[in-house]
Amino acid sequence: MSFQVVHPGLLTTIQDLGRYGSQKYGVIVGGAMDSYSLRIANLLVGNDEGEGTLEMTLVGCTLRFERDLLIAITGGDLMPAVDDKEVPMWRPVLVRKGSLLSFKSARKGCRAYIAFAGGLVVPKVMGSKSTYVRAGIGGFLGRALKKGDSLSCGELNATSRSFLQQLSKLQRHFAWSVNHETIIRLGQAQTIRITEGAEYDQFDEMSKQRLIEELFVLTNSSDRMGYRLEGPPLALNEKTELLSEGVTYGTIQIPPNGQPIILMADRQTTGGYPKIAQIISADLSSLAQLRPPGTIQFEVVSIEEAENELWKNEQIIASLKIGIQLKV
Amino acid sequence: MKKETNNALIKPLGDSALIVQLGEGIDPSIHKLVGELTRLLEIHPFNGYIESVPAYTSLTVYYNPYIVHQSITDGLPKSPFRYVSVYMENLVQKIGKQPGSEEKLVTIPVVYGGEYGPDLEYVASHHGLSPDEVIEIHSKNEYLAYMIGFAPGFPFLGGMDERIATPRKETPRTSIPAGSVGIAGLQTGVYPLETPGGWQIIGRTPVDLFLPDQQPPTYLQAGYKIRFKSISVREYTRIKELKS
Repeated sequence: MSFQVVHPGLLTTIQDLGRYGSQKYGVIVGGAMDSYSLRIANLLVGNDEGEGTLEMTLVGCTLRFERDLLIAITGGDLMPAVDDKEVPMWRPVLVRKGSLLSFKSARKGCRAYIAFAGGLVVPKVMGSKSTYVRAGIGGFLGRALKKGDSLSCGELNATSRSFLQQLSKLQRHFAWSVNHETIIRLGQAQTIRITEGAEYDQFDEMSKQRLIEELFVLTNSSDRMGYRLEGPPLALNEKTELLSEGVTYGTIQIPPNGQPIILMADRQTTGGYPKIAQIISADLSSLAQLRPPGTIQFEVVSIEEAENELWKNEQIIASLKIGIQLKV
Repeated sequence: MKKETNNALIKPLGDSALIVQLGEGIDPSIHKLVGELTRLLEIHPFNGYIESVPAYTSLTVYYNPYIVHQSITDGLPKSPFRYVSVYMENLVQKIGKQPGSEEKLVTIPVVYGGEYGPDLEYVASHHGLSPDEVIEIHSKNEYLAYMIGFAPGFPFLGGMDERIATPRKETPRTSIPAGSVGIAGLQTGVYPLETPGGWQIIGRTPVDLFLPDQQPPTYLQAGYKIRFKSISVREYTRIKELKS
């Protein structure tokens, strides 16, 4: 055993980059809401970037460490502390055996990630460690963490061992950290870029204008499955019945009440509401860090622009990987 | 000479997926084309292809744009979206000429009525039929699983007899047991997981539709033909016991 859950927080689940390859069977992808934060957390402790981590939502957990462990905390700022002393985010941190790692409620952003060097030891289900709560599979016993749960971490690799040894000698935290601000924005008023959706042309002109000119507010009935927005109603030129078809992370559907629903990590695999737009992949992490009642201003870009934004972010992560290796 | 081409509409789904639409309406012949395209893509995937989801008239194709981008060579569209669009358009030209794949017929045993199907009486009285007549009509037709979605292993079935089409319940139940067989309008289906729902529940199957430890992880797949078979409570219990 590596650590024990003292308080589970609001919703703490094991997530990796998601369960791909089984959507045709109706199995959801799931995975981290903010995948950039998850990847960076893993890279900081020497893991593969897609390793399972703990994802916390709005109110974080408290963990008792039963071993010295190398961890990294990324994502939203849920005020992490070790034995009540503030602990820095976005860098590798050594937490000593017997210490309590605790979080409070979100002061910036919405979700935080803890990566553990060596990864979390849980079986992969259909190729992923992500928790699929509704089906009761994946993650830790197919559910969110509860008080008293004990989890184990895997074997350390050379990078993890090097950081662990450096920190043991140093007797303080590293002075360096990752600058995440270029790829993950934590503000409560976000400009989120979109591309036109499959049914964009079927919406009336006023709705198309409202979509980009007015603000939309994230409501409390938002979760890992979908973000429900409140704003000026959006409507089709004429009512049409659509057949269900495959959808994806960031698809913006407009149900009959005209209020947008953005499909998030735990979305169903298929949907039948008209798709007015699609969040660009480069902005999904920033969107996932928005908490109710945050506001969204949409901005339309072309698919080529969306692709270019993605390359930029991938280049940042690629140089981060090199930078981290240089610290070993 | 005019070349015979299949019509495909490529619809965007952002920078990491697109939808290939092959027609309109719930129609077994369109669905057959979707099935062929799905198989063809699985046999001839492009670099960066992740997976695809077949639906009534379309196939949604998921890809990793960064891997597609890295494997694009000179002379091909530079944008992954354009590249995958062209790739899929070319694949579409190859369908409709191949012999159809073998159709698989799956029988789903169902206990109708009683505590297993609390709405059977309602469905019967709604149409002025006896419960036995509803069972006979429901278990006589052969259904086509157009797609799997909504929940793991949940089939969207076509082919139900209009005589038993019944509107959803006014107030949805907070919990419907896994295996429940329901009717909603002209649709019929089986709930793989315990969920809330508004369908009229007429029976329950002892068969597990979602098998997370197996490959494939579901009992049914898109394209399967399905028939329901009426069984007794005793048979239901026996099948349940066999599994455990």
